[in-house]
Amino acid sequence: MTAHDPALARPNAPTTTYRYDEFDAAFVKERVAEFREQVRRRLEGSLTEDEFRPFRLMNGLYLQLHAYMLRVAIPYGVLTARQMRRLADIADKYDRGYGHFTTRQNLQYNWPKLVDTPDILEALAEVEMHAIQTSGNCIRNVTADHFSGVAPDEIEDPRPTAEFLRQWSSAHPEFSFLPRKFKIAVTGAAHDRAAIMVHDIGLAIETNEAGETGYKVVVGGGLGRSPFVGKAIRDFVSRADLLAYLEAILRVYNRFGRRDNKYKARIKILVHEKGIDEVRQAVEAEFAAMDRSVFSYDPAEFERIAAFFAPPPYETLTAESEKLRAESVAHPAFGNFVDVNVSPHKVPGYAVVTVSLKPIGGIPGDATSQQMRVLADASERFGFGELRISHEQNVILPHVKQDELFDLWKTLDAAGLATANAGLVSDIISCPGLDYCALATARSIPVAQAISRRFSDLSRQRRIGKLGIKISGCINACGHHHVGAIGILGLEKKGQESYQITLGGDPTFSAAIGEIVGPGVTADQVPDVIEHIVDFYLAERQENETFIQTWRRVGHARFKDVLRREGEDGADI
Amino acid sequence: MALISDGRFVEDGWRRLAEEEGLPKSGKIVVSLARLEHALAHLSDGVSLGVNAPNTTDPGALAAALPRLQLVEVVFPAFADGRGFSLARLIRRAGFKGELRASGRLLADQYAHALGCGFDTVEIPDDIAERQDESQWRAALAAHARTYQRGYVAAGSILDARRKAAAK
Ligand code: HEM
Ligand code: SF4
Repeated sequence: MTAHDPALARPNAPTTTYRYDEFDAAFVKERVAEFREQVRRRLEGSLTEDEFRPFRLMNGLYLQLHAYMLRVAIPYGVLTARQMRRLADIADKYDRGYGHFTTRQNLQYNWPKLVDTPDILEALAEVEMHAIQTSGNCIRNVTADHFSGVAPDEIEDPRPTAEFLRQWSSAHPEFSFLPRKFKIAVTGAAHDRAAIMVHDIGLAIETNEAGETGYKVVVGGGLGRSPFVGKAIRDFVSRADLLAYLEAILRVYNRFGRRDNKYKARIKILVHEKGIDEVRQAVEAEFAAMDRSVFSYDPAEFERIAAFFAPPPYETLTAESEKLRAESVAHPAFGNFVDVNVSPHKVPGYAVVTVSLKPIGGIPGDATSQQMRVLADASERFGFGELRISHEQNVILPHVKQDELFDLWKTLDAAGLATANAGLVSDIISCPGLDYCALATARSIPVAQAISRRFSDLSRQRRIGKLGIKISGCINACGHHHVGAIGILGLEKKGQESYQITLGGDPTFSAAIGEIVGPGVTADQVPDVIEHIVDFYLAERQENETFIQTWRRVGHARFKDVLRREGEDGADI
Repeated sequence: MALISDGRFVEDGWRRLAEEEGLPKSGKIVVSLARLEHALAHLSDGVSLGVNAPNTTDPGALAAALPRLQLVEVVFPAFADGRGFSLARLIRRAGFKGELRASGRLLADQYAHALGCGFDTVEIPDDIAERQDESQWRAALAAHARTYQRGYVAAGSILDARRKAAAK
């Protein structure tokens, strides 16, 4: 009997997602019941608001500017059609008919009521979803490459590892009250699409000389007030030792992480202040002292989980579809979509489709319940009922037959979901900023919209090529502006919104924190400034050079010069 | 102060020795970490000794004393400060077999975490005990029937239960 035994298959469920067994189901149900009690005890007075806060956060519930906000986990970014429909139903029943996909592969509802949240969690649990540890000072929802299992450059699918970690980190007795939140990301490919270098722990699946598969472990990356690129603490940890090694890191962090100042409480500060060598020494000492046998790594259990992510029943197809070629030529808008939003798949005749949630002038990452349903239907019609959420706030359909791309495109186009801008300048990552966030110092959504409108011409965007713009409404950096090729940080200066521009950020293995260029500008000026930077890049770039490559070659000073000259023209930059 | 053991409010048989108070000849007393060495050196046979350890205590420094202690009380200065959970693990790892007590502003919602990390008892101030009565602590015992982690003592591990189910 395998995970794909049709007799076991849930209605509507794809074959490549983890399926809860009785224990997982009971665990999630228990957490919902516990939270329902906590809400009741809060309302009745057993728990004060201060006491209640960590527990509501551990269940994804924030108190925001206008209302509560509920953050739902989409573990390692994988969703089934049935789950997507449930998200749509919840958006209609308990929110305002939409949801916001975030940079951490979560979905946020901005308007739920406190008293409804236990019911929402129950509705999620029915489809094997939850909001456990999407917030709070605990190990957060583990994220992974959104092209897992289908990327041609993959060494190993990171999802079984991520699911292993999801279980291990859930309601961990020792690590649920850490100095600060803790984020882990996993990648299993040659190219990093999970931004592992800017996580508290980043894991890269690698094979050692003996041919054994294990993990490179990076610690101390992170954005926010003090951005850092993570450092390798171990080049290779075997699979059998992974959980023990992570426990050792977490134990050292829990004991020695700073708790005196919440801005200094992340592991990145520990690594920065003590140095990676001292942290490594402490972790290795703990690792050596602990009883690893209790983890008693069970290959059969890893295999059990991995079996859920086995390839779906692909058909045998030719590598290049003639039909696709003809349709791309006949319908240029479709051709553009294929060129920009369609990525290669490891199986011949298939493709990976990125559905952009960044329509020109739209709110990055927002999807209406109707769009969610269209996507759910499309995933069933065109790809084994499976969807992914990317940290770029887009939706991925991971297994589409090349022959069917045209039909898919027509479906998406009718729902306003066919914007051909994946990875281009209008595919902007943006946090909610002042429109929703209690911590914001400036708006970010309207800035994203203005830039997107300025570059509305998709053929011009294609001439510019891949270029990530990322916007945060405050120093906390939820929009990842530090690692945007062009980053925009909204600040408040003398009662006015001011935007600081950074250049040269990179979230991949070659990670870099962007450098600030010039003084802040007003919201109105941002599109002009971006345009000037882009024009300078176009004028300077050598053949096929990406923005980052040009930036690294040409250097900070000359980019800055452009902006300075801009200022002399009276633009007050 | 209220003491919780096994989901019940129980009498506390231990007495915290004031700093200026001399060592008694009998009874169950808890001394500060600063006084531990002295207390061990002058301990009468009839005395059971416990120590009150801040959550920053180096378990290595306690190791030699552990076999002669019947109680170690780990302080939680705030319920959100989870250092005591790791310290408890390390004290148990060092072989401590006596009563391990979490003392401070812990909430019923953390009871399972405390037991999981090796604590036996939890001591809370009266204001928390008033709001979170015995029934809430008893309910908390049942709220985490199983956990995903192994090696954490209280509840059974899902991983073990799974193995057992698969072996059938
Ligand atoms: C709307 C309510 C939100 C609040 C109150 C909030 C709060 C915060 C805070 C306080 C930080 C700083 C953490 C630190 O000190 O390192 C942070 C960082 C971050 N948040 Fe949010 N956030 C919100 C929304 C979001 C959204 C919508 C996303 C995703 C789009 C997000 C993803 C992140 C990420 C990726 C970071 C960077 C963390 C790092 O790597 O250091 N947050 N957030
Ligand atoms: S970056 Fe700041 S404004 Fe934006 S969501 Fe995060 S905390 Fe809020």
